[in-house]
Amino acid sequence: MQKVYTKIESIVGNVVTVRAPGVRNGDLALVGDSYANVIKLDKDIVSLQVFAGAQGVSTTDPVRFLGRPMMVSFSENLLGRIFDGAGVPRDNGPALTENMTPIGGPSFNPAKRILPKKMIRTGIPMIDVFNTLVESQKLPIFSISGEPYNQLLSRIAMQAEVDVIILGGMGLKYDDYMEFRDTLEKGGAMSHTVMFIHTAADPIVECTLVPDMSLAVAEQFALSGKRVLVLLTDMTNFADAQKEMAITMEQVPSNRGYPGDLYSCLASRYEKAVDIEGAGSITILGVTTMPGDDVTHPVPDNTGYITEGQYYLKGGHIEPFGSLSRLKQNVNGKTRDDHRALMDGMIRLYAQYKESLEKKSMGFMMTEWDDKLLKYGELFETKMMDLSVNIPPEDALDLGWDILAECFEPNETGLKTSLIKERWPNKDALN
Amino acid sequence: MKIETGYVVGVNGNLINVDFDGSVRKNEVGYILVDDKRLKGEVIRINKGIVSMQIYEMTNGIKVGDPVEFTGELMSVDLGPGLLTQVYDGLQNPLPQLADECGFFLERGVYLDAIPNRDWEFTPTVSVGDKVKAGSTVGTVPEGLFTHHIMVPFTLKGTDWTVKSIKPQGSYNVRSTVCTIADSKGEEKELSMVFTQPIKQAVKCYAEKLRPSEPLVTKIRCIDSFLPVAKGGTFCTPGPFGAGKTVLQHMQAKNSDVDIVIVAACGERAGEVVEVLKEFPELIDPKTGRSLIERTIIICNTSSMPVAAREASCYTAVTIAEYYRQMGLDVLLLADSTSRWAQAMREMSGRLEEIPGEEAFPAYLESTIAAFYERAGKVRLDDGTIASITIGGTVSPAGGNFEEPVTQATLKVVGAFHGLARERSDARKYPAIHPVESWSKYKGVVDMDRINRARGILIRSTEVNQMMKVVGEEGTSSEDYIIYQKGELLDAVYLQQNSFDPIDAACVPERQRREFDRLYDAMMRTYDITDKREIRSFFNQLRQEFLDWHGTEFESPEFEAQEKKISDFYMSRVID
Repeated sequence: MQKVYTKIESIVGNVVTVRAPGVRNGDLALVGDSYANVIKLDKDIVSLQVFAGAQGVSTTDPVRFLGRPMMVSFSENLLGRIFDGAGVPRDNGPALTENMTPIGGPSFNPAKRILPKKMIRTGIPMIDVFNTLVESQKLPIFSISGEPYNQLLSRIAMQAEVDVIILGGMGLKYDDYMEFRDTLEKGGAMSHTVMFIHTAADPIVECTLVPDMSLAVAEQFALSGKRVLVLLTDMTNFADAQKEMAITMEQVPSNRGYPGDLYSCLASRYEKAVDIEGAGSITILGVTTMPGDDVTHPVPDNTGYITEGQYYLKGGHIEPFGSLSRLKQNVNGKTRDDHRALMDGMIRLYAQYKESLEKKSMGFMMTEWDDKLLKYGELFETKMMDLSVNIPPEDALDLGWDILAECFEPNETGLKTSLIKERWPNKDALN
Repeated sequence: MKIETGYVVGVNGNLINVDFDGSVRKNEVGYILVDDKRLKGEVIRINKGIVSMQIYEMTNGIKVGDPVEFTGELMSVDLGPGLLTQVYDGLQNPLPQLADECGFFLERGVYLDAIPNRDWEFTPTVSVGDKVKAGSTVGTVPEGLFTHHIMVPFTLKGTDWTVKSIKPQGSYNVRSTVCTIADSKGEEKELSMVFTQPIKQAVKCYAEKLRPSEPLVTKIRCIDSFLPVAKGGTFCTPGPFGAGKTVLQHMQAKNSDVDIVIVAACGERAGEVVEVLKEFPELIDPKTGRSLIERTIIICNTSSMPVAAREASCYTAVTIAEYYRQMGLDVLLLADSTSRWAQAMREMSGRLEEIPGEEAFPAYLESTIAAFYERAGKVRLDDGTIASITIGGTVSPAGGNFEEPVTQATLKVVGAFHGLARERSDARKYPAIHPVESWSKYKGVVDMDRINRARGILIRSTEVNQMMKVVGEEGTSSEDYIIYQKGELLDAVYLQQNSFDPIDAACVPERQRREFDRLYDAMMRTYDITDKREIRSFFNQLRQEFLDWHGTEFESPEFEAQEKKISDFYMSRVID
């Protein structure tokens, strides 16, 4: 029996209230023909957040409680499909209703976690060699608006060796959404992709549902043994949507208007990244745009505390400084014996190049060593850091040795003699 | 006892309003009955006949009218043998057992016994007729490395209790009665090896609180010599993300010279706890020769677990610390991170619609943080034993800016401040503790006079470095340049420490004194070099020699030979 309530008592922002007894917290309802969920109960006054926004809702619109929380359908049929934040198809395909699973479920038992130890190859040297992406890692891409972060995401999606890709788009520009779809279709990755897309024109509440929908589906795929890569773009829009909703609900803001539970909000999503023993895994790659390139802004700041490192996208490439993969130690000892040493050595030299560059710009005298560094820095930036470079990590390591050999004498690199003997491209230079 | 009941009248996030009849205590525990589940919560406010409870679980599915049961007990933990090596959540639910019960996910409303149900070999230490009071030991059981005291509950009131009966030596179940006590009015109490203790009240069953004086050795040079921590003291480690707070805490957990380490992972990544869980059983404690996990208890309420339980987790940890302190042990409590704990308070305060203080933190933030750190301390127990709790908390300030409320409130009450700096971690200078801005009020393993003089050189060196950025090396005098190099040397070979090197990772106090003597001597000398390139190569060479010295086993022939090589090297350029 579904009772229909037809007297909406208040409509403030996207929240409507209605008098109805026996309603459960978190349950789903239909206001008119738009979904809404119960966010607050006070005696028999029920506050409902309307997904499609409360614009145009009339006080006499019917409210029906569905007696269940927000759920998403899960099956193989999801693959290749595109939905909006509320789970409604936006690709003209049929709606899916089988095998419904609640979203925003309980967190994974820490005692059941295992140490992540499998590398994800992406073909991007700045990731594979210098800040390796590891299965079950949660990693944001810090970027200022205007940087090619969505292109980077779709490239990783196309090239990463995973079973399922789930793309959660929040506040996407419509053309960005089309670009994602076209790239994945052209690259043949669409057949193992599920998209939950909220565009900038869609209602704000749906934006906040996108990560939960994406991750609930990811969790089910992972439990069935699939290696899942979840791409979330852009988490700053998600945080802004949270902020907007918190302020309309008259919550006390904590920092630059963001609600006090921003950290918990972001953490409960990112913490869904997991490697399940005997089953699959979830890896999360998010985009966090930094307003004004300010890493101390609440969104990148809180994100940085939660995630296992970050890729810092600046000037069209992944910066070697500021970027960090906290889990790289777990895997980069197993790729090739020269991986760690070469990685550290090249970064050290690149840091010295930056110093020389600064010295040059201040007009100090350039030594022979400075000139060598300047040449090295330029080669490093064009051959390694450029995002269009697409080579497997082994080739990237070889390329690293080539660059070093082109610029330096072996003993100038600060690398161990035994390694140099084994790997230096031009053996004549060693004698 | 009659169970007080009520029913739900409102739900707002994890705050539930309950109408009740009968009596309700503030901070008592209650359960909401939802479907077939019992969800734990705590009474945090009673206003106009309505009880507000914070619920330690997710609140979806609760509806108005759901019944509530009040227990009459304050939020408590179970104390007894078997706590060591356990992994608990913030409410003392054992996580591995929970996984056996519920699988991969943390199901709500499942509460398991915190103390493993097993038999222990009990030896009585009192006899019938002996006088006892709260905290008195009635017997002991062997728990791993320690003699675990079975004590009279800390909450027992009055001093006129005597032992009525006590079990003889033998093996008993942890929950069976081993002792009965009675007071002068004839009231009897049965004691088992387990009792409960409210988590928000400090245990005060000791003779007196003493001043922390003895250094707590962490085998980290930068801390033990320059920024020491004392047994029974407090310290905090604020730092921006990625500066190495957690790695530093793990190093302290591994190397500290204490009996028991309690790691409270409060609102941080689950992955970090997993590292401790997988790594510690493999590591051997050099002091005891046993695995490190045997002296460790982990309280783990990670960032995705319910936020109200996060608030409780720090108190759970400190209560367990106090329990082991009562046995005469030195306990180190590492809380990571107290900012998340403060944020949990902020979320609750917001829901209660309290008037917000700075950055929306509640007005009672400072007093709450102070009260927490004040539970640390060195005490003399009633039997004369000295025991201590040392508390170290990390702070995660927003934007890495130490001016924010949690850092400032913490700095007021701690005895040592180890501030981590982004520029040091970016330059891969670990541990990234800022040597000039950090401070400590405790005594270290090296005499403070020479430490202060060395620090003076370090400060001068930073100034010269700043100046050099403007005028270039060309415009700096060679005297200044030597001071700059001396500061850099101190930083590179003493303050920095390689936590991945098997020998350098743990530096014992005797070795610290030896190395500091040598380094201090080298720093205080005057050298006859004036050419800057020559100065640089001299100090580079000296640095290399010192680093090689770090790689030698303490007091081995190589160690002695390398020290001689170092002193010969710099003495050859000294002006008398």
